[in-house]
Amino acid sequence: MSNLKTVNAIFKREFKSYFDSPVAYVFLVAFLVLAGFLTFGVAAFYERRQANLLPFFFWHPWVYLLLVPAATMGLWAEERRTGTIELLLTLPVTLVEALLGKFLAAWAFIGIALALTFPIVITTAWLGNPDLGAIFCGYAGSFLLAGACIAIGVFASALSRSQVISFVIALAICLFMLIIGFDPVINAVAQWGVPSAVVEGIATCSLMQHFESMRRGVIDFADITYYLGVITFMLAAAHVVTDNRKAS
Amino acid sequence: MLTVNTLTKNFGVIQAVNGVSFTVEKGEVLGFLGPNGAGKSTTMRMITGFIPPTSGTAVICGHDILTDPVAAKRCIGYLPENAPSYHTMTVTDFLTFIGRIRGFEGADLLKKVDAAIEKSRLESVRKQSIETLSKGYRQRTCFAQAILHDPQVLIMDEPTDGLDPNQKFIVREMIKEMSASKAIIVSTHILEEVDAVCTRAIVIANGTVVANGTPAELRARDPQGRLDVVFRKLTMKE
Ligand SMILES: Nc1ncnc2c1ncn2[C@@H]1O[C@H](COP(=O)(O)OP(=O)(O)OP(=O)(O)O)[C@@H](O)[C@H]1O
Ligand SMILES: [Mg+2]
Repeated sequence: MSNLKTVNAIFKREFKSYFDSPVAYVFLVAFLVLAGFLTFGVAAFYERRQANLLPFFFWHPWVYLLLVPAATMGLWAEERRTGTIELLLTLPVTLVEALLGKFLAAWAFIGIALALTFPIVITTAWLGNPDLGAIFCGYAGSFLLAGACIAIGVFASALSRSQVISFVIALAICLFMLIIGFDPVINAVAQWGVPSAVVEGIATCSLMQHFESMRRGVIDFADITYYLGVITFMLAAAHVVTDNRKAS
Repeated sequence: MLTVNTLTKNFGVIQAVNGVSFTVEKGEVLGFLGPNGAGKSTTMRMITGFIPPTSGTAVICGHDILTDPVAAKRCIGYLPENAPSYHTMTVTDFLTFIGRIRGFEGADLLKKVDAAIEKSRLESVRKQSIETLSKGYRQRTCFAQAILHDPQVLIMDEPTDGLDPNQKFIVREMIKEMSASKAIIVSTHILEEVDAVCTRAIVIANGTVVANGTPAELRARDPQGRLDVVFRKLTMKE
């Protein structure tokens, strides 16, 4: 059983530690600039003359691909490098509590980055008449997608004591999980003569496909279950890895 | 209060600890001696539940570290080798974090943190972030963390490492002070420390216990009564 007070203590320490260094602010600015540039520059948000946030959400998976591994790479790797893992795991803390605290801290941090994009909602509401329900749905989908990427990042962080290696592993897994559901890739694979049932089956496992419908404003119970499933699975994998490798 | 039962740890082909058993009662200060690589830290890591033993176990205040780790860890204060701590936190924040995890809240938490700071003589640096402290102060911060909850069992891996002579003296006095109400294990490379604080000492070499007795008993193994000679005889092969 998890003790919520313990989870909360670990969450708070981890969350605060993001803001101990300027890196957090660089990160938040990078997130906003990247999201803004891709939406307004590349996707030509204004020129479309449509009051919705489809092009904004379109880029989120790729923004997370780069920035989530940066936010999660230190979670375990840093504890290993500095030896604090020995302190943490000899306190009356279960590994589940430690993992949850770390995961939730990173998720809350990304949540703040996401929340700071609110001006785009105001802009759209001011220029046109957007479907606010659909926008809420897009944000919820984006937040769940971020959660899945973070769980992958927590797992990658447990694998190595080097932050760089953790970053690369998280990026590789996230990239793989995204592109197996990315239309250009699906089309290319289909042209190789792979049966479409197989291609579609693989695509439904991807982070991308489940985000696609939420981005368009459709909340499906299956999508939510999918993301929570990925999060649980990756945290369980992180549990196994941390348990086996904590001393090395 | 603490029973260690044939603890063994293999790292691949390396046998780091091989069938170590002993008990420590309340009021005892057990010295852990042994050359570098003897297996002292590994034994402590198994007792404190950081690494799982290959075989054997440790029972702390009636709680088996393998089957009831959280209850066992509640009874232990542990100062790991090299005194790790979260460097970006201030001393007070760090100890408050530890206190929260130890289950203290509100006014009680503040009291515990203040008491630990006072006992470890950290008042002058309490608002300073740990990364700006000297090695000795970091050591004391981690020491404060270990005694914050007034544990029944205190395990310290080279607690006086990196301290100046005055601080070494103070830490030894503190260990003696606390020993009446606790079971304490200290590992050390300083043989005079054995005389100064330990009621009993264990010598480990190559992962096995080669001697276990009071400082006087160990001393009696050499005609001149010199501990360093006894230590060399026990731990050096020819
Ligand atoms: N994670 C590990 N993987 C492989 N071998 C290890 C690991 N940890 C310790 N060892 C080995 O176990 C043996 C005992 O190490 P330990 O750290 O317990 O020694 P020690 O008695 O604390 O020495 P010191 O006085 O130098 O602190 C050493 O040979 C060491 O190389
Ligand atoms: Mg050691």
